[in-house]
Amino acid sequence: MKLNPGFKILSLSLIWLWMSLFALLPLCLILIASLLSHNESHLMMRPFTFINYIQLYNHTYIRIFEKSFMIAGLATFACLLLGYPFAYLIARHQSRFKSVLLLLVIIPFWTSSLIRSYALIAIIKAKGILNAALLSLGIIHQPLSLLFTNDAVIIGLVYNLLPFMILPIMTNVERMDDRLIEAAYDLGSSKLYAFRKIIIPLTMPGIIAGCILVFLPAMTIFYIPDILGGAKSILLGNLIQNQFLIAQNWPMGSAVSIMLTLILISLIMIYAGVNHNQKKRGWL
Amino acid sequence: MTNNVVELRGVYKKIHDHDILHGINLEVREREFLTLLGPSGCGKTTLLRLISGFETATQGQIFIDGEEISKLPPDKRPVHTVFQSYALFPHMSVYDNVAFGLRCQKISEKEIRLRVAEVLNMVKLEKYVDRKPAQLSGGQQQRIAIARAAINRPRVLLLDEPLSSLDYRLRKTMQIELKQLQRKLGITFIFVTHDQEEALSMSDRVVVMHEGYIEQIGTPRQVYEEPQNLAVAKFIGEANIYDGQVVSTSDNRQVLVTIFNKTRAAKTKRVFQPDEKVHVLIRPEDVRVWGQAEVTDTDDMFAGVVEDATYKGTTVDLMVKLNNSKTIAATMFFDEDDDRLEYKVGEQVWVNWTPGWEVILPHET
Repeated sequence: MKLNPGFKILSLSLIWLWMSLFALLPLCLILIASLLSHNESHLMMRPFTFINYIQLYNHTYIRIFEKSFMIAGLATFACLLLGYPFAYLIARHQSRFKSVLLLLVIIPFWTSSLIRSYALIAIIKAKGILNAALLSLGIIHQPLSLLFTNDAVIIGLVYNLLPFMILPIMTNVERMDDRLIEAAYDLGSSKLYAFRKIIIPLTMPGIIAGCILVFLPAMTIFYIPDILGGAKSILLGNLIQNQFLIAQNWPMGSAVSIMLTLILISLIMIYAGVNHNQKKRGWL
Repeated sequence: MTNNVVELRGVYKKIHDHDILHGINLEVREREFLTLLGPSGCGKTTLLRLISGFETATQGQIFIDGEEISKLPPDKRPVHTVFQSYALFPHMSVYDNVAFGLRCQKISEKEIRLRVAEVLNMVKLEKYVDRKPAQLSGGQQQRIAIARAAINRPRVLLLDEPLSSLDYRLRKTMQIELKQLQRKLGITFIFVTHDQEEALSMSDRVVVMHEGYIEQIGTPRQVYEEPQNLAVAKFIGEANIYDGQVVSTSDNRQVLVTIFNKTRAAKTKRVFQPDEKVHVLIRPEDVRVWGQAEVTDTDDMFAGVVEDATYKGTTVDLMVKLNNSKTIAATMFFDEDDDRLEYKVGEQVWVNWTPGWEVILPHET
């Protein structure tokens, strides 16, 4: 099909207009805000300054960045460990239950994740369902105090973000050529060896896409640390929220946002670079 | 014990209540090039997958070197497959692809290097060790797939229509190369194809399959010249098939049959009864077509009209409508007696065929 050049220009300019209006412009506004000053009577005011960024280079903030990375990283890793086998099995499942299984993954999303996070409290609190079950099974003898710890935050993040890990991996596994696995077995490979040498490398794009999709929101969701981590747990999302809503220091909040965006962009660029190299070497 | 590498005894295969294979008995000899030939859906690929272990037989036994392997998983069988799509690992270099089978056996890297070099040398691709499969042409990928399967020195190499995705010229070259490679490697090949020309030109023996049955096993010459039944005759090569009737039989393998109201003598290895209805099979290349001016004695000939003439370079293919309204296909070769071979559509001609070259088959309904 040959496209009318006029149509091509029109559709492209519409996309550009949309992107500038809803993505670029807000980002510029935040960037400008992050360079402004602040006092008690004004949310933002001139003069332009780098003071917000300089303040970020501070032990407390660096700790929050580190802790956020660690918690988001652990949550991502846990999602991968839980999600990969599930995604793999669902994708390779031949029966008609496949769509039902997939639906079961998606159904919880029809309920607000805020409500589901509150529901988690009922499960993991000291006298909650989880402790009751573990105690009655004799696995533990004293109730676990999970609530308001980092573990609780990680559990909450994993529970909320797991589908973002499952879906890209599942799509990737579905697209994988079965004959490659057959070829590996045919050449005398054990199941484990084929998994390590063939299946993992071939599903790496899905794994990386899933990790990005889990890691990015895990860094910034603020209500899960709020609800499950209690007051102790301040992560990047909470920091931004506090600066905007409680301290009413918009320039500082904007600076944290911009910093976070820069870090995430550089992570994605590293991934894209790796990916590009692999494509060049005929990897994908 | 016999010296059969592979032996199948009474193998049945059912998939979802459909019979894919019926009572397959097959013996594959040491170092032979055996071809499973048949139209798509005849069960030839399933048969291959039973030997490689990706399918299990509903009934029957499979032996390799006299040992039953029906219950062994694919990775424990001394057979390797060259897949139709080659199934090269896209994320690995040519070297790693070829070395894969050896690494599964935990052979030292030093020996692996020697053996990969040796086998790549054999398929003439030693220059490409560092390439990825996507950077190779179809023919090169094909050779890597064979090298990868052959490096483990399997007892049998199974090839599942490996040439079907190559273009015509490359396929011709690869046919010759495969045959040479098989001799060099000294490995038994079981080759699956639906291309009868490929089967005839490459194989030591051909297994003709049809709807889950083995119709005939024989040398290329046997299946072409002495087809067991109508299915084989129709599938191997072009054939004109007509109804006829046995007039009389004699001891020296001769039968007299009537066809188109003329009586002709034909040779056969079968036993027929007088008055039995038969099929008479005439290959187009045995048919001669004569112009009105070329013949004087037309007693043994049939009159007809040229319906279609196709010039094919080395041959001219004719469709002639006989006066009894049957159509006969003829393939005429250029030679010193007959370098003209010009026929006009609508031209009146005389048709006959080399006496005694008809194939007589029992009548099937």
